[in-house]
Amino acid sequence: MNLNDLKPGSMCQVKKLNAKSRLGQRLMDMGIYPGIRLKIIRNAPLQDPMELEVDGYYVSIRHDEARFVEVESA
Amino acid sequence: MKKKKAIVALAGQPNCGKSTLFNALTGASQHVANYPGITVEKKTGTYRYNGARVGVVDLPGTYSLTSYPLEERVSRDFLIQEKPSIVVNVADASNLKRNLCFTLQLLEMGARVILDLNMMDVAERRGIEIDCEKLGRRLGIEVVPTVIKNGRGRSELLEAIHRASNSRKRIDHLPVEYKSMEPLLKEIEEGLSGEKALIEHYPARWLAVKLMENDNGARIIIRRSHSNPDELLELALKKRQEFESMHGEVPERHIAYCRIQASEEISRECVMHSAGPAAATLSDRIDRIVCNRFLGPLILVGVIYLLYYLSIVQGYNVTNYTWPFLAKLRELVESIMPAPGFIDEPLMRALALWFMDSINALLNYIPIFLILFSLIALLEDSGYMPRMAFILDRIFQRFGLHGQSTLPMVLGGIYVGGCAVPAVMSCKGIPDERSRLATMLVIPMLNCLAKVPLYVLLINIYFAGHKGLAMFFISTVSILIALPVAKVLTLTVLRGKETAPFIMEIPPYHMPTIKGVLKRAIERVWIFIRKIVTIVAAVAVIIFVLLQFPGLDNGRKAHYDAEKEKAIAAFYKKTLDNPYVGQFCEKELMALILYWDEYKSAKMRANGKEATQALNRKFEKQNPAFFKIVRPGTDRAAKKANRAFKKLVKKRKGLLREIKKERIDNSFLGQIGRIMEPATRWAGFNWRVNVALLSAFAAKESSVATLGVLYQQEEDGETLESRMAKGETDFTPLHALALMLFMVLYPPCIATMIMVKIQSGSVKWMFFSLLYPMVLGVIAATLVFTGGSALGLSGLQAMFAFYGLVLALTVAMGLIKNRSEFK
Repeated sequence: MNLNDLKPGSMCQVKKLNAKSRLGQRLMDMGIYPGIRLKIIRNAPLQDPMELEVDGYYVSIRHDEARFVEVESA
Repeated sequence: MKKKKAIVALAGQPNCGKSTLFNALTGASQHVANYPGITVEKKTGTYRYNGARVGVVDLPGTYSLTSYPLEERVSRDFLIQEKPSIVVNVADASNLKRNLCFTLQLLEMGARVILDLNMMDVAERRGIEIDCEKLGRRLGIEVVPTVIKNGRGRSELLEAIHRASNSRKRIDHLPVEYKSMEPLLKEIEEGLSGEKALIEHYPARWLAVKLMENDNGARIIIRRSHSNPDELLELALKKRQEFESMHGEVPERHIAYCRIQASEEISRECVMHSAGPAAATLSDRIDRIVCNRFLGPLILVGVIYLLYYLSIVQGYNVTNYTWPFLAKLRELVESIMPAPGFIDEPLMRALALWFMDSINALLNYIPIFLILFSLIALLEDSGYMPRMAFILDRIFQRFGLHGQSTLPMVLGGIYVGGCAVPAVMSCKGIPDERSRLATMLVIPMLNCLAKVPLYVLLINIYFAGHKGLAMFFISTVSILIALPVAKVLTLTVLRGKETAPFIMEIPPYHMPTIKGVLKRAIERVWIFIRKIVTIVAAVAVIIFVLLQFPGLDNGRKAHYDAEKEKAIAAFYKKTLDNPYVGQFCEKELMALILYWDEYKSAKMRANGKEATQALNRKFEKQNPAFFKIVRPGTDRAAKKANRAFKKLVKKRKGLLREIKKERIDNSFLGQIGRIMEPATRWAGFNWRVNVALLSAFAAKESSVATLGVLYQQEEDGETLESRMAKGETDFTPLHALALMLFMVLYPPCIATMIMVKIQSGSVKWMFFSLLYPMVLGVIAATLVFTGGSALGLSGLQAMFAFYGLVLALTVAMGLIKNRSEFK
């Protein structure tokens, strides 16, 4: 299951980042890495991008980027 | 020996108050420029402490310090090459873990770091307690808790910087342990140990880690400065592969992960949570409405409407009050210039007035800008901007732009009535080099305020029956052109430019302070005045020369002289025995003309009976003899003199206009307009239109002003509309449509061009932004005019056809998939 499949309101734990280089680096920089728990807050009015809660702060991410984050529901 | 000035660099992640600290430290002594050749802004300034001057550099806020995106590379290169004396790492205390990852990277680079734990108030409110002393011990650096926003901790921070820049202490412990990677790193470090000069400048440990990450910047350093670069790079590559095959993970991921773990561990040791994140929920509650599926877009439209309404509409009203001051300034200049003759205007005077008119046209925008910039600062400080990007990213992203392109597009006039200068200025907020350039390049196609007079003029003449429809067409067609053009640009000339993942933080809402908002607004207005107005002034002089020279030849001059003599003789003849005129010599006659003009213009400004009466008294006192002619009352002789004189004044005005027109006809610009005519004929432009368009370069308002001169008045009070209609009898709505479309695509005005240069950091992009719209404009105008003529379309039909075409183009371009960046 990837992050972009999740519905607003659901929680998950990051299993693996499948993105190489740039995107992977950026995800890590934003605090999205294996083991961290995420909450999907909402989708934008046009469905894309989505907003997450990570560690008490909020991050927006495009679905096209979220599909590289492998998660399991928690 | 002169002591080297201490340089303090401010580094940190976005939204941690870095800019606030920079402002608090440097105050007014700021200098904002770009790093050469790129769109990243460089902010520098100075402050004094204990009598010593300290330089401050505000590095771009980034989440990390790798080789890309651009901003990170800029920060890193500065830190590693320029070696600032002290790096103040500004961190968001409420988000310590993530911020520490950045701190650890700084330490690895061998920088002398002071950690400024900013926004302590937010952390405290969220029940986060940080043991700063322990944190400092753990990291081996000084930690200063602050709330820079209200000055808390500022003096402690200054003292810490002062202390640190005077000490020689170096940090020698390893900030991060890379566990299973350590032995491999050791081997690479050994390959570096022989290079004394190299590791003197770049810490060996940092180089080893970066080589392991396969970092491009580090590879370049090795290539440049290592005695045997191939061997070392080969070794690093081998170690990389070794690690990957051993652990099944790419080294850079492992490195980043170790760094996160280290940060986590440190923050666990030093941070005490007494309660959950409570403050964040208020922002979340607001976002439930602001980012709501239905309400979100509505609120967004409302905000944009308010932005327009307050700045453009209300700001325009304010200019009614400020304009008289500018007019006074012009009058002042006029009064100290040599007086005009009967038909010849002294060059000095003409130049000074042209200059004043050009500058005033821009200065007139200042109230609008002040309101606009205040509102932008308000949006920025409140935290609404990222929400705007969040809502609209989907649309903009399809055209190679970015959610953050929203604000620049709105400012540029997404519907009608923006201004490209602040729009281009605000492009720096877009965190992606390619989208930033694309936005910057298409903004001039939107409908800025100065394009509107020409639209109104043409629509009133040629689309009089469908004014609303034509205005709607022109207002919306610009965005329909701008979007596909942006897409084409990103797919072609901008293809190689760097992009960044969209992932961005959505910071909590924040109450802006009046002081902060006003300060920023004034700062930006000041940048506008300093950078733009000076250059526009210089360009105004050039255009003046092009319009004024070579001037009239002697034959024509003699002709006008004869006309003048004739007019004066006629006046004298009629008033031969008139007691009020008989005694005038020619010099007095000229004085009377000026007196007349002055009285007429003063009377036009005076409103109300009392003001007029006061005016009359003033003029009568000034020169009773003249006044009798200007206001003859019931005296028959005076009335006769008045009539004859009125005729003379009118004749003079006519001559002046004719001379002006002839001068423009003959001018260099007129000649260029004629030379271009064979080519522009296909777009339906004759040379007069060409001249008007050329003169619009300095400022687009000029197009209508120049047309006003070219189509001269026959009777007083005749509108430009009827003059133009009479002057161009073979002009059709198709001509007008082609001209309007050309205006939509008209190259940026000088002020915008300069802004493009400032924001893109390159002259190349400035010229590109100038040339490509011209080409597009000619193509669109030709398509409409020649195509429309060939198909026998009426203006309105051609309008619909063109609209359909660009609409289809926009949809088609939106459907083209962007290349995914993260394969």
